[in-house]
Amino acid sequence: MSNNTRRDLINTVLTVTGVGTGLSLAAKLADRNGLLPPDGGGLYGPGKSLNYAAQRLLVGSAPAREFARAQISNPPHANGKAIKDPTYLRHQAQGFADWRLEIDGMVERPTTLSIAEIKSYPATSQITQIVCEEGWSSVSEWKGVQLSHFLKLAGAAPQAKYVVVSSLQPRRWGSLDMNDALHPQTLIAYGMNDGEIPAANGAPLRLRVPRQLGYVSLKYVTRITLADSLKGFGKGLGSGASEAGYSWYAGI
Amino acid sequence: MADSVWSPALGSQAAVTDAPRHAFLVRLTHWLNTLCFLALLVTGVELVISHPRFYWGETGNTASPALFQIPIPSSRGSVQTGYEYVLPDQNGWSRALHFQAGWLLVLTGLLYGVSSLLNGHFRKHLLPVGVSWRALVEETHKHLRLQRPTPSEERSYNLLQRLSYSGVIFILFPLMIWTGLAMSPTFTAAFPLSVDIFGGHQSARTIHFFVTLFLVLFVITHVAMVILSGFKRRVGAMIVGNPDPIEEQS
Repeated sequence: MSNNTRRDLINTVLTVTGVGTGLSLAAKLADRNGLLPPDGGGLYGPGKSLNYAAQRLLVGSAPAREFARAQISNPPHANGKAIKDPTYLRHQAQGFADWRLEIDGMVERPTTLSIAEIKSYPATSQITQIVCEEGWSSVSEWKGVQLSHFLKLAGAAPQAKYVVVSSLQPRRWGSLDMNDALHPQTLIAYGMNDGEIPAANGAPLRLRVPRQLGYVSLKYVTRITLADSLKGFGKGLGSGASEAGYSWYAGI
Repeated sequence: MADSVWSPALGSQAAVTDAPRHAFLVRLTHWLNTLCFLALLVTGVELVISHPRFYWGETGNTASPALFQIPIPSSRGSVQTGYEYVLPDQNGWSRALHFQAGWLLVLTGLLYGVSSLLNGHFRKHLLPVGVSWRALVEETHKHLRLQRPTPSEERSYNLLQRLSYSGVIFILFPLMIWTGLAMSPTFTAAFPLSVDIFGGHQSARTIHFFVTLFLVLFVITHVAMVILSGFKRRVGAMIVGNPDPIEEQS
């Protein structure tokens, strides 16, 4: 064995040990500070965890970019067509008069709300971009009520760490950490571009999380559940998307 | 001339022949980078397949006109491609691997960048010295005639290498990382200027795509030059440092 080869071997061992120790220390530190995502295991766990931890440390409460009215995408864009589910069609025919939003889980007062009740709460609007993981994007104006308002209304327990959001589509569910759930731009939206939300865009209620990719902004929202852990939901990965291999935290 | 035997050039050459052609960190980071680049390229192509349309400005979608569309089938039925079939969706693992490889690439780049600054690798081997049109023309001629490098040239990089490596390291890779981050809605929330400077989200995506083409062009040229100048010897030097003593041709 030549000197060079020996030196290479020692260098390799040192590098691998150094990087390994660094990573496991970082993982422990991240876990202690709530910076590990529910889908942080498995082959791509390190990348997903780094994304989540880095973006959480980076963004704080900084708002997503907002746009001028003139920048609203014209014609408006919908990803795919409205769902053809018979239950949905019935609700649609009745003008969503019987549509309910339930708030349950770790709350003092489990609450059920109609669209009319939701529209009576203080409204807020934003002109933000939907960025899709596929590559397209569109800007729309969204009108609705801050998600934080519903958490206050139902009396969210201080131990709650996640807000699980369900929709009429059983596999389309997701969850937010409290940073996003309490963020002023996170809405339960009922209006889009000066009108009701079109069916293809998620009528009557759509979650809007403008700091994450489009698939987090669930359409056809029916339920908000507060929880201190995501283990009891589905496969414990935090969303229908992450069960299908997409990252739970979709800030990039 | 008796003292020429002990001339500094010869003396230093004798002293460094024992040292590897490429330093350990250069070799380690080169192959990590190769691995990451391949992963990023394959998954990047896969991600483009889900929306092979490109736009300029802030927004772009199937309801708006495209700057250009790559004539390939798509993994989404919503994109009009002219093909009658839709490819299977591979974006889940592609995105995960894309970012994981991106992280490894950035960390590798940091290791390479910091160590190369400290140990003078950038200054000694990458800083383009003696740039002039004449030198460029001469060096290009040498390349076009497929002249093999002289032994003294084998210890460092020639002018064209220095220019192209510097371009890749200091321009293309930073631009790639930047445009990648400029597509992140969380990153742009924290640093809105990072995307506004390109004129919007879709511009960043389009630049990301074109920089990929430049990087692929670089890799093709790089591999071609390695093959032309002695594949086994060159790749060997990048793996174990310096397999054979330099053959003096006289």
